[in-house]
Amino acid sequence: MRAVIEVDKLKKVFQSIVAVDGISFEVKEGEIFGFLGPNGAGKSTTIKILCTLLRPTSGRALLAGFDVVREPDTVRRSIGIVFQENSLDDRLTAAENLYLHGLLYGLPRRLLKQRMEEVLEMVDLAARQKDLVRNFSGGMRRRLEIARGLLHHPRILFLDEPTIGLDPQTRKAIWEYIHGLRREKNITIFMTTHYMEEAENCDRIAIIDHGRIQALDTPANLKQRLGGDVLIVTPADGADLAPLIAARYGLEPQPVEEGLRLQVADGAAFILQLAADFRGRIKSISLRRPTLDDVFLSLTGRAIREEKVSAADRMHLSPRGHLRRRH
Amino acid sequence: MEAALRAIYTVWYRETLRLLREKTRLIGMIGQPLLYLLVVGQGISAAMGFRGVPAEIPLNYVQFMYPGVLAMSVLFTSVFSGISIIWDREFGFLKEVLVAPVPRWATALGKVLGGSTVAMAQACILLCLAPIARVPLDLLMVLKLLGILLLISLALTSFGVAIASHMQTMEGFQMIMNFLVMPLFFLSGAMFPLHSAPPWMAFLMRLDPLTYGVDALRGVIYAGADPRVTAFLVRYDLVTNLSVLLLVTAALVALGTWSFSRQD
Ligand SMILES: Nc1ncnc2c1ncn2[C@@H]1O[C@H](COP(=O)(O)OP(=O)(O)OP(=O)(O)O)[C@@H](O)[C@H]1O
Ligand SMILES: [Mg+2]
Repeated sequence: MRAVIEVDKLKKVFQSIVAVDGISFEVKEGEIFGFLGPNGAGKSTTIKILCTLLRPTSGRALLAGFDVVREPDTVRRSIGIVFQENSLDDRLTAAENLYLHGLLYGLPRRLLKQRMEEVLEMVDLAARQKDLVRNFSGGMRRRLEIARGLLHHPRILFLDEPTIGLDPQTRKAIWEYIHGLRREKNITIFMTTHYMEEAENCDRIAIIDHGRIQALDTPANLKQRLGGDVLIVTPADGADLAPLIAARYGLEPQPVEEGLRLQVADGAAFILQLAADFRGRIKSISLRRPTLDDVFLSLTGRAIREEKVSAADRMHLSPRGHLRRRH
Repeated sequence: MEAALRAIYTVWYRETLRLLREKTRLIGMIGQPLLYLLVVGQGISAAMGFRGVPAEIPLNYVQFMYPGVLAMSVLFTSVFSGISIIWDREFGFLKEVLVAPVPRWATALGKVLGGSTVAMAQACILLCLAPIARVPLDLLMVLKLLGILLLISLALTSFGVAIASHMQTMEGFQMIMNFLVMPLFFLSGAMFPLHSAPPWMAFLMRLDPLTYGVDALRGVIYAGADPRVTAFLVRYDLVTNLSVLLLVTAALVALGTWSFSRQD
């Protein structure tokens, strides 16, 4: 079967910034495919190219077999999108927002009414459909945007950070809903996120950083590839254990907030050895299975959500980042 | 083609929905012209009379200004509606439309029609206020005036869309207002007659398309008045005025839709 999204050496350069740096991947029909990466990785830029909103600098992208540059109209007919930033008209009601969308996609009036009821029911907003969107909470807006993206039954749905700023409960509801969609309508879902826990919901994820795909596999395989366990060692006050551990076991301890992070094959056995070798110089040791965060760390040497944004990144973020934080 | 009509209708419909939703906006929109008519007009004529007009001609400044105020309110509302497409692009609705399977030019045209509808709603309210300015109107005149105002507003909304297509943010808005829109307004003869202007200004006034709009409005309003009034106030005949207006409108609508569909 042919892939529903085919991307080949796609590249986008803004003035001097290389936002997307020659990425290639394919997404199969009915798959939930995720882009996982930190701020400024190029996730939204990729989505905008696939949705025909931006022209790529070079490379090629086919959606449902159609070229995004040469046949944008055909591509647009097969996609739905939920933007990272709010794109509802907040002076209109929920129902009016949906209605305008239906008009735009040429749904016949009766079918449109029926679909509106369907999607409003699905995102649990039927009771609020006559309310102005400006009075909606962030979660309600997001749900409404997802409903709208689905109104015309697209083959491919793009979700750019669909659950950003939502509480865990709403996030869970939206995910249940997305899984349901895939089951019932076989919709292909392409989403971006920088929440690790969320990426676990995808069939496959591409880890993207600085516009490049660093790894692409199922969440389980990615973690498996890392192998073994992760230990977090908190040294006793003043002890600088990193060089000692590195020398003694040939490991590469990575400094993290709590102390040092080690990656070992058999965590349980290693804890005993470590405790014996460094008696008194260690405050605590904790053991866990690798997460996608660890995968990202081992691929890029950084945690995905570093609190300290570099000055350069911050400049890139504004004013967009500025706007985003408001919702 | 069907997709284009859909887009035009949808974008227009959204604009009118918003207008109906925000009744305070309509009231706010007539505030400024009313202020001009009542305060500026009355004030000026009370303070210094209307010296532009020869003493024997029966006309006061408010009557003179009324068509100018009509043109003014349509000018500001239209340009503003056109430029507001920047907000739509930045904060929502338009993003939706840009990924829909509809042509860009149709989206721009829908915006132009929507903006004109808003401006025309405002014009209708102002026409109801004609008695306050002691300007007598009959139904036929009202229809003619609305026709002229529609041309003006289509031209200027398109002008706004064209400007917006070259602006990334609302930051340049104030500059556009001061260096483009205000001069258009002052040079149109809405506030003072062509006769009293010095030659260099009279020349610029002749270049301002809005001059012909204002003149056409005066031509209709004073058609039945004292011939001395008409001779004094109306510069060109209706055919000239309408030809210029039609040409300018066609050119600006083309420019607006073209600029909008060209942007990245
Ligand atoms: N229109 C633009 N002009 C110039 N640079 C841009 C533009 N859009 C994006 N960029 C730059 O491209 C890079 C990638 O941005 P993009 O929005 O794709 O990141 P992202 O992965 O979506 O990040 P986030 O998680 O913050 O949404 C950033 O460095 C950004 O500054
Ligand atoms: Mg993004």
